[in-house]
Amino acid sequence: MRLITHNMLQCPVKGCSKDNFPLRIEDAEIENADADFNPQFLKRMLDRIAWGALVQTSFSLGVAKLPESPGDPNDDEFLQTLHHVLLETRVKEGRMVCNGCGHVYPIREGIPNMLLQENEV
Amino acid sequence: MSRPEHTAPPEIFYNESEATKYTQNSRIMQIQADMTTRALELLSLPPDEPCYLLDIGCGSGLSGEVLEVEGHVWVGLDISEAMLDVANEREVEGDLFLHDIGHGLGFRPGTFDGCISVSVLQWLCNADRSSHVPKRRLARFFTTLYSSLTRGGRAVFQFYPENPDQVELIVSSAMVAGFTGGLVVDYPNSTRAKKYFLVLFAGSPDNSSQPLPQALGTDLPQGTEPSQIVNASAGRRPRPEKRGKGQKRKSVKDRDYIMRKKELNKRRGKDVPLDSKYTGRKRSGRF
Repeated sequence: MRLITHNMLQCPVKGCSKDNFPLRIEDAEIENADADFNPQFLKRMLDRIAWGALVQTSFSLGVAKLPESPGDPNDDEFLQTLHHVLLETRVKEGRMVCNGCGHVYPIREGIPNMLLQENEV
Repeated sequence: MSRPEHTAPPEIFYNESEATKYTQNSRIMQIQADMTTRALELLSLPPDEPCYLLDIGCGSGLSGEVLEVEGHVWVGLDISEAMLDVANEREVEGDLFLHDIGHGLGFRPGTFDGCISVSVLQWLCNADRSSHVPKRRLARFFTTLYSSLTRGGRAVFQFYPENPDQVELIVSSAMVAGFTGGLVVDYPNSTRAKKYFLVLFAGSPDNSSQPLPQALGTDLPQGTEPSQIVNASAGRRPRPEKRGKGQKRKSVKDRDYIMRKKELNKRRGKDVPLDSKYTGRKRSGRF
């Protein structure tokens, strides 16, 4: 799972509306995969990204250092860093935990298991 | 052919052996790719712009590969682990999730530019467990999908409805969730090539109504008139005139009736006696 998608995820459990984003990543095993650099896509996505959550996640995973606030979208160096964090960093193993309801979503071979119990729907 | 929804729930039906079909059977792969291309066409994304798309029921990632070729970044959901394992082996670019869409999607509002789905929705119409209520699952799915799309985002679903009730259920659930749009049926006159696409709009960027895209295979060959469908039950059947007391009942099998039947049988290629002045005439009293 790429970090861009993690940034979009929130806990789908019914009634979990407080602290349901971002999901905390634990025991993570990180993998780097090359992806084509696409500045147009990054600029498009920039205002959809919750920057605080991204900085927090990338800090906890120990990947590239991001500035406190989003940089200039025309700055190539900034876009390269962003590209690396969002699209080239993948969580391979580990688990995601919701800070609100404590639901654990295990990640196996890069695929998070988002299945819920029937009483959580 | 029996419908797969009736044999087993999706997470069981799409097992390892079924999953291998989607990597080895070139016919299945071609069909999946074609339907994805058509769905993408109906999505009508801005040209030459890489988008962030959701693929519901991504399976082994065949549809995702079509999206990759177009330069989009995608996220796929599926309920079958076996299919997702195949997708992993194929090293698709997109992010994969093991998820039951009937539980609702867990994405922040305004995440995706669009959503495609090939051959999934009919599965939601089945209750595989006692706790499953198709209507509620559809409602939860469509409301969460609506919020996770950007304003003006589109969702295109190719699906195989079992009966008109299912179409009605799916479309009404989508409308209740706030979507506009409707059904596009490609090649409606062909049994095999006929494909149902549900095209949904999540609002519109400028609050104007959007027209539904044109279906394929609906234009008729030159010089033929579109066949008008006349509703036979419309209007009342004329009642036979009332006959007074003592009046004899009119014969049902009069000459008109016989001529009509002969005409019908002639058209069906049966042997029919020639018409003459004696056709349908009463015998004389002497006989």
